Amino acid sequence: MATTTTTVPSAGPLAGSRSFLSRLRQGDEIARMITFLFAASVVLVTVLLVFELWQGSALPRHKFGFNFFRTSVWDPIFGQFGALPFIYGTLVTAAVSLLIAVPLGIGAAIFLAELAPARVSDTLEFFIDLLAAVPSVIYGVLGIFIVVPLMRQYIQPALKHSLGFLPLFQGPAYGVGFLTAGIVLAIMVIPYIISVSREVLLSVPRDQREAALSLGATRWESTWKVVVPFARAGIFGSIFLALARALGETMAVTMVIGNTPTISASLFSPGYSIAAVIANEFTEAVGDLHTQSLIELALVLFILTFILNGVARLLIVATSQRGSGMGNV
Amino acid sequence: MKRLSGMLLVVLAVAGILWADGVLSITGAGATFPYPMYSKWFDEYHKKNGNLEINYQSIGSGGGIRQVTEGTVDFGATDGPMNDDQLKAYQDKHGFGILHFPTVLGADVPTYNIPGVDAELSFTQEAISGIFLGRITKWNDPAITGSNKGVSLPANDIVVVHRSEGSGTTYIWTDYLSKISEEWKTKVGKGASVNWPVGLGGKGNEGVTGTVKNTPNSIGYVELIYAIQNKMPYGRVKNSSGAFVKADLASVTAAAAGAAKEMPDDFRVSITDAPGKTAYPISSFTWLLVPAKFSDAKKRDAIKGFVKWMLADGQNYAEALSYAKLPKEVVAKELKAIDQIQ
Repeated sequence: MATTTTTVPSAGPLAGSRSFLSRLRQGDEIARMITFLFAASVVLVTVLLVFELWQGSALPRHKFGFNFFRTSVWDPIFGQFGALPFIYGTLVTAAVSLLIAVPLGIGAAIFLAELAPARVSDTLEFFIDLLAAVPSVIYGVLGIFIVVPLMRQYIQPALKHSLGFLPLFQGPAYGVGFLTAGIVLAIMVIPYIISVSREVLLSVPRDQREAALSLGATRWESTWKVVVPFARAGIFGSIFLALARALGETMAVTMVIGNTPTISASLFSPGYSIAAVIANEFTEAVGDLHTQSLIELALVLFILTFILNGVARLLIVATSQRGSGMGNV
Repeated sequence: MKRLSGMLLVVLAVAGILWADGVLSITGAGATFPYPMYSKWFDEYHKKNGNLEINYQSIGSGGGIRQVTEGTVDFGATDGPMNDDQLKAYQDKHGFGILHFPTVLGADVPTYNIPGVDAELSFTQEAISGIFLGRITKWNDPAITGSNKGVSLPANDIVVVHRSEGSGTTYIWTDYLSKISEEWKTKVGKGASVNWPVGLGGKGNEGVTGTVKNTPNSIGYVELIYAIQNKMPYGRVKNSSGAFVKADLASVTAAAAGAAKEMPDDFRVSITDAPGKTAYPISSFTWLLVPAKFSDAKKRDAIKGFVKWMLADGQNYAEALSYAKLPKEVVAKELKAIDQIQ
């Protein structure tokens, strides 16, 4: 981040010193304009998307106003639509998945980048990339046939037995629900975290490690106290990529979450997510209010992703300053 | 590489010319439930009429109604008839109406998984509505045991499973529940997706089946065809004449025959809870939606021809695919209605 912001202005004055025509003749200006168009198209698509979602959800926005976010009845027949259980389900499943995936993913990345022999690391990386490319519906099937029965028969009873005093692990064990969806999501996003974090860790300059080792640090100390902090921004990036995928995942979630709009402290309870309800109901939605309420849900998901991404950026900025400071020492 | 792509281009161009030349292409979209039947019909009809190709996308009944109203497809298909508002919307947009043509019949069946119970259960109206309203929560509730003498049902909690996505199957199921239970009608209502009082949502027939098979003491509903093809246990249901009837092709056709006498001219009829001693109560027609006017005479004649064939020879393919045939009275009435397509 820090390096890109310093190189761009330094190129500016140099380019500005020549006349527009000479730059045009040399192709610089053409290249600039073309690439600018490409970059601008990203913004354009985003703006169009928000515009369309905003336009398409006029009816429920006027009818329900802020109650859309506060109420939890979703009744297509009687025209009552409240988004709260879906927002809750989306956030809870994403949080559960990150709680599981972050330690596992970063741990695996550290092993692959720092400790494993190069050949092992590259072979495993191949499998991890393969996992990242598996379509989500396959993870959903895996969830239905393997994770759900395992959860119902073994994991949920065991959790109830050992941690049942917590409200998180109470209620009937159906197998499907927030926890199961979170676990399936974790399986899906771990490859992203490993793959990106490993690359970032590998790109930490050799001097950093050697300096730490020459000062008498053990191998683990140099990894944990020097390399990982140096790569912090990139590791955070991998986590936010994982978060984005977890928030928007549709197929795998709908297959294991139970598809019931409920808000419950228990992770065993069946729930629903925004992406899942849109996919489930959009094709058969009858009437404008139902269709437009689903579009408003899409808008909510967009805003949610936007806010979380913004927070993520701030976090990266805040920590990377500290990280780069340490890197300069 | 260049030569290969060049050759491909030529092949595509030739194919395009051949395809465009003389082959009339008609597109339709809608219901998923009759999709296997429709794809068989369109395939067989294409074999007989090489210059006509009918493409059908099974995007769901709601999508079918929407697309035919938008005019993006030539015809639609739906598992629940269009309501008055939708008909009016169509009329307002196009200046002419849209016709319903029943094609085949299907049914929903209650399927369950109770460990230790192999017997075929019988469900009264009170039992089914009570379970799905969440009023009956244990398998040994008197409302269930009363009609299942000799079966020992456990005192376990019932887990209700329903479809999570909007579907014609759900429409038929909730249409039935609305007829037999006043409380259901006022609290939940009928539709492709409803606000379920209790239960877990499974995606698709396979999702409901998977959840029922995986969850002890559960009950769900699936299409009859799906239950037959997957050899799932399903119960009898008490009909309006007081008989417990198991769903099969004969009892579904019987339900249609019972309703055929009072068939309205626009064919928009619900045959759930139909009269007749042998009628299975959770049955339904599925419909083609054909515009009453075509600007393209070729397309009009092609569709008329297809509907005629579907009502005669086409019906013979139905039972092999586990769909119930239309009763004769309905076929006769539909043949007359074809003339309304102009």
